[in-house]
Amino acid sequence: MPANFMPSAAEYFRFAPEIILTIVGTLVMILEAMTGDRDKSSLGYVSLLGLAAAMAAAVAANNDPGLAFQSMIIVDGFATFFRVLVLGVGMLTILVSTNYLSEAKANSGDFYALILFSVVGQSLMACANELIMIFIGIEISSIASYILAGYLRDDRRNNESALKYFLMGSFATAFLLYGVAWIYGLTGSTNLGEIRTVLSHGTAPTAMVGISAALMLVGLAFKVSAAPFQVWAPDVYQGSSAPISAFMSAGPKAAAFAVMVRVFYTSFDSISNQWEPVFWIMSLATMVIGNFAALQQRNIKRMLAYSSIAHAGYVMVAVTSHSAVGTAAVMFYLASYCLMNIGAFAVVTWMARDGEKFVEVDDFSGLAQKQPFVTAILTVLILSLVGVPLTGGFFGKFLVFKAAIDSHLMWLAILGLLNSAVAAYYYLRVLVVMYFREPGASTVNLPPVAGTLRVAMLVTTLGTIALGIFPGLILGFATQSSTLGK
Amino acid sequence: MDLILFIVFAMFAVASALGLILQTHPINSALSLIGVMGSLAVLYLLLGAEFIAAAQLVVYAGAIMVLFLFVIMLLNAGEERNPWKAPVVAYIGGPVVIFLIGAFVYLINFTLPPMRSVSFGDFTGGGPREIGMAIFTKYLLPFEVTSVLILIAIVGAMVLARKEID
Repeated sequence: MPANFMPSAAEYFRFAPEIILTIVGTLVMILEAMTGDRDKSSLGYVSLLGLAAAMAAAVAANNDPGLAFQSMIIVDGFATFFRVLVLGVGMLTILVSTNYLSEAKANSGDFYALILFSVVGQSLMACANELIMIFIGIEISSIASYILAGYLRDDRRNNESALKYFLMGSFATAFLLYGVAWIYGLTGSTNLGEIRTVLSHGTAPTAMVGISAALMLVGLAFKVSAAPFQVWAPDVYQGSSAPISAFMSAGPKAAAFAVMVRVFYTSFDSISNQWEPVFWIMSLATMVIGNFAALQQRNIKRMLAYSSIAHAGYVMVAVTSHSAVGTAAVMFYLASYCLMNIGAFAVVTWMARDGEKFVEVDDFSGLAQKQPFVTAILTVLILSLVGVPLTGGFFGKFLVFKAAIDSHLMWLAILGLLNSAVAAYYYLRVLVVMYFREPGASTVNLPPVAGTLRVAMLVTTLGTIALGIFPGLILGFATQSSTLGK
Repeated sequence: MDLILFIVFAMFAVASALGLILQTHPINSALSLIGVMGSLAVLYLLLGAEFIAAAQLVVYAGAIMVLFLFVIMLLNAGEERNPWKAPVVAYIGGPVVIFLIGAFVYLINFTLPPMRSVSFGDFTGGGPREIGMAIFTKYLLPFEVTSVLILIAIVGAMVLARKEID
């Protein structure tokens, strides 16, 4: 047996975040069995520590970038950025959910273990350099999400959401896998770099390569909820518990965008004239469907689901621009999107209360008089979702449309800007309800804001403001790492 | 001889696959699925992939199908409604299927370079030894990471099947 197959210490080091998360996840399950009937919130803190350790490992691994395990994974700036992002999403999700779970009497180590394992999958997606690794990463992340969507088993809405998500998600993954099989047949490799080399020779029949790319795009577009594969998102986000909706709308989406960018910018670079028009249409359709459907929604979770579809559309615009500026815009936008979306869902989590009785937009009426702290938080987050200057959302949109204009996608940029104007209408309606309506039945007897939830709200809000005032904080790193390691 | 075997089992696979989706009783569909899996195993064997052929029979046609049948019987699933009555299926689904099949036939026949037909015994890299070498050297990481996937499935089954929360 050749000795060079033994992984070196440096390779383990590059894979350390996933190893740490898996160990902590297993540890949490063991502790769950050991703690018996006691309060399980402490397991949440153990998971937080694990995620923090993994984040430190991910940052440290970036000092020594390169391939690992027979080029199965690649550590570069891009991978590190998304690893840190999904780990951060995991931490925020745990902060949002502990109190919610305790109130639903559903706090258990299994929940935290599932979150940790799901983050393992997303982190693998961020650094995968092989279609096989991408597939396994997506499956780990998705299966954990299906289960989390149905976590509160006695709630019928959870059951419906989990079943829908599972059936449609498996169907989408099958498309992805079919595309992978075709690409392997055409190029004889599943390694992204090798596929790129073979395809750049131009010997493989372009129509077949195009079909394989299209099949893979179906799978990935489902995961990022891009039109026309977005129909699952509103039902699933509405049915799941609010903290889980926060998680699903952020982590898996960001990781799937990382995969999309890496696969299409690396492997399918030579057929970009084929996929760019498809992305153009999809991004426009995603923005239009997301924004116009959100106008109709009364349920705030459903509205945020459509808004998250619209945001996926903006990110698709940046992907379409197919440039280094576009990659940096994807990274920046997803970072600010994750912060503001989790923040908004954190407020919904607090408002919905046990059994999620209060999830209508009208339930927020008069909140400004009763709970100024949360109102202020939600105001900042909503202004950021609209894209008002001095918030992260503004700079995200600015970068996205700048990338589009730089790549001469003038019409896409104009239509995207018109779309964000439409979006202002349904976001600002929430503000109007909060400030100018009299308090109703839902805003008397408001619960106190639990400590962990308060931390999550503050972190997301301050993060959003910080990204708006000092975008250089992460934009510098994003620009540096926008040329992917190939 | 190889060609005859291929045609027989390929036709059988396609016929069983059609039976799988066209039959309305779940048990009949499941039995058709065994036909698909079995004939696929023969096709793998013809390509020289002995290990995959055996795994296909043991794991899919054997273990997984038994589970399928258990689930169908435990749920006591009856006849399905005929989906062809739904207008969406009849007027959109059918043409889309025909279009996709036609497109694939066209692409495979006219855009791919002509390929030599495969004869039994040409490829000898499909034994357990070669697969073992590949899994534990080049594909070590995917192999190990799959264990996380299985772990999640176990935890998930436990979470969803638990009696009550708390």
